[in-house]
Amino acid sequence: MELSKSELLRAYRLMKTIREFESRISREFEAGTVPGFTHLYLGQEAVATGICMHLTDEDYISSTHRGHGHCIAKGCDVRKMALELWCKRDGLCRGKGGSMHIADISKGMLGANAIVGAGAPLALGAALTAKTLGKPNVSVTFGGDGATNQGTVFESMNFAVVLKLPVIFAVENNGYGEHTGIAYHLGAKDIASRAAAFGMPAVMVDGTDFFAVYDAMGEATARARSGAGPSTIECVAPRWRGHFEGDAQAYRDLTEIKELRERKDCLKLFRERVREDKKLEAHEMDRVDLDVLALIDEAVEAAKVAPHPTPEDLLTDVYVSY
Amino acid sequence: MSVKTFRQAINEALHQEMERDPTVILIGEDIVGGHGGSAKKPGSSGGMMGVTAGLYQKFGERRVIDTPISESAIMGAAAGAALTGLRPVAEMMFVDFFGVCFDQIYNQAAKFRYMFGGNARTPMVIRAMTGAGLVCAAQHSQALWPIFTHIPGLKVVLPSCAYDAKGLLAQAIRDDDPVIFLEHKLLYDTQDEVPDEPYTIPFGEAKITREGADVTIVAFGRMVQLANQVADKLKGTISVEVVDPRTTSPLDTDVIVESVAHTGRLVAVDEANPMCNLASEVISVVALNALASLKAAPRKISAPHTPVPASPVLEKLYVPSTGQIEAAVREVMAA
Ligand SMILES: Cc1ncc(C[n+]2csc(CCOP(=O)(O)OP(=O)(O)O)c2C)c(N)n1
Ligand SMILES: [Mg+2]
Repeated sequence: MELSKSELLRAYRLMKTIREFESRISREFEAGTVPGFTHLYLGQEAVATGICMHLTDEDYISSTHRGHGHCIAKGCDVRKMALELWCKRDGLCRGKGGSMHIADISKGMLGANAIVGAGAPLALGAALTAKTLGKPNVSVTFGGDGATNQGTVFESMNFAVVLKLPVIFAVENNGYGEHTGIAYHLGAKDIASRAAAFGMPAVMVDGTDFFAVYDAMGEATARARSGAGPSTIECVAPRWRGHFEGDAQAYRDLTEIKELRERKDCLKLFRERVREDKKLEAHEMDRVDLDVLALIDEAVEAAKVAPHPTPEDLLTDVYVSY
Repeated sequence: MSVKTFRQAINEALHQEMERDPTVILIGEDIVGGHGGSAKKPGSSGGMMGVTAGLYQKFGERRVIDTPISESAIMGAAAGAALTGLRPVAEMMFVDFFGVCFDQIYNQAAKFRYMFGGNARTPMVIRAMTGAGLVCAAQHSQALWPIFTHIPGLKVVLPSCAYDAKGLLAQAIRDDDPVIFLEHKLLYDTQDEVPDEPYTIPFGEAKITREGADVTIVAFGRMVQLANQVADKLKGTISVEVVDPRTTSPLDTDVIVESVAHTGRLVAVDEANPMCNLASEVISVVALNALASLKAAPRKISAPHTPVPASPVLEKLYVPSTGQIEAAVREVMAA
């Protein structure tokens, strides 16, 4: 699928924003400035970007505990995201959700989710809304390799096929669920073939190759929008960081990660490809880099000093307090 | 006897019960950790909080079993294994995840013995982390024990210190009914004198952690520690008795009633959300059995009726505090 120059620059900007946002959060976490727990998306940037480049604000996504990248790619405001990660009053969820529950319904981002496998059924519902109201919209459920072992995901795959729902299962195979490798937790040879067994098209792509993800999603979206039903895209993109920040990763050979950063960096691969194809020039992307860094710096510094929720906020947004 | 953390006490009980009985197995997610990892070091995690460390190394892969992320399968497998001759200790990691697999617990495991006319045993334990205070937000911080306590057939254990954790876990593993064993995250690093040898603590026997004559505080789980602090602080001015029921099912109503009959004043403290929680239950027990001895209306301290907020500032307001407990004690004294 041909992408215009401005689309390519948008893709690059999104991936770069995710990369720099997560890198900054990692450093801030180490410095102890971010409250709570956080799971970073580093290494997987091309997946969220390649998928969400096909979506509008009227399309929906359901996300996971590793949700910052999905948010950014779906167009959430990075400043409000940072405020939410610092649990501040002006954050996307007024500081009540935090990293694991970050959401922006106005952008079709139905929430990060701290329950593994919970997002898939929710995406069915969003697809059902589109179908019932006769709208051309689709919904995507992001989910990890580990999550595909949940009954909720199995149920959702069959359900989507049976009801021909406009859903795309974006499976993010990053090699691990917490401290357990996929070689141990997956019985099938891969996830795509398991999804195919439910009766839908399913492909496996290199999730560090933006173009591979983008093309696969183009087909899946066209199929969903035409009323032909769901698809699965298994995107293989290894995790660069621990399961959560602070994870000592004793289960992992750390040279593996170093090598990944050298060979499987989606941004590096993207830059090489667009320059080879003479689509973008280095200085155009360098400019984006500077913009992104400035934006994130501004967002994080503002988040740190922003006001906390007030005591009254504890008791709002619920129907009653005893 | 030596000083051990709550985490070590649980780990020791698991070691000793597995040594004692070869039918005891452990099953859960990442209780081993490292299977299929590039370092090829299974056993390198021993649980997200390190509670099951060393057990895989000691008892091997036949008895310490990591599973895919499939809670319904884990809980159903534990229930089925319990019905057929094993004593599984299943780990649920965070109590919140019960939402994924509750059928296997409340429709299945809890009901076998009664539904099958007494012809079945279901000796299984489900361990899970509970409670707020570690900034884990709405889906990793809940205090769901009232839900389990509501279900006939389940026993529910809420240890408040390392000593009790070890003895109650041994009891849970030897018990022939399904037991939900709940570990508050903020207790893992607390310390206590804990005997090295195995011992059990019977269910349904409350412990009086502070003796007093003016006010009874009945508190559950981590709240017992807060109640003890308040009792210690008020020593010399108000004589506070603290009752720790230790199990919410069975609940030791006798000790609660006796204590209130003696002091005439009650403060009930439960971290769980207030509707139908254990503090409500305690007040109901006292109203039914010791109303005449009450010199003041009972006071109830609980979290508010809201999900757990992510913001640490709000979370601090959410969790019951020593300040609230002390104020309630003073109120019942002033009434
Ligand atoms: C129902 C449920 N079970 C277990 C967990 C604990 N947990 C959080 S993330 C995770 C691993 C998920 O692995 P995967 O789906 O591959 O996603 P990744 O973390 O690799 O992005 C687990 C087991 C949870 N949050 N929810
Ligand atoms: Mg994974």
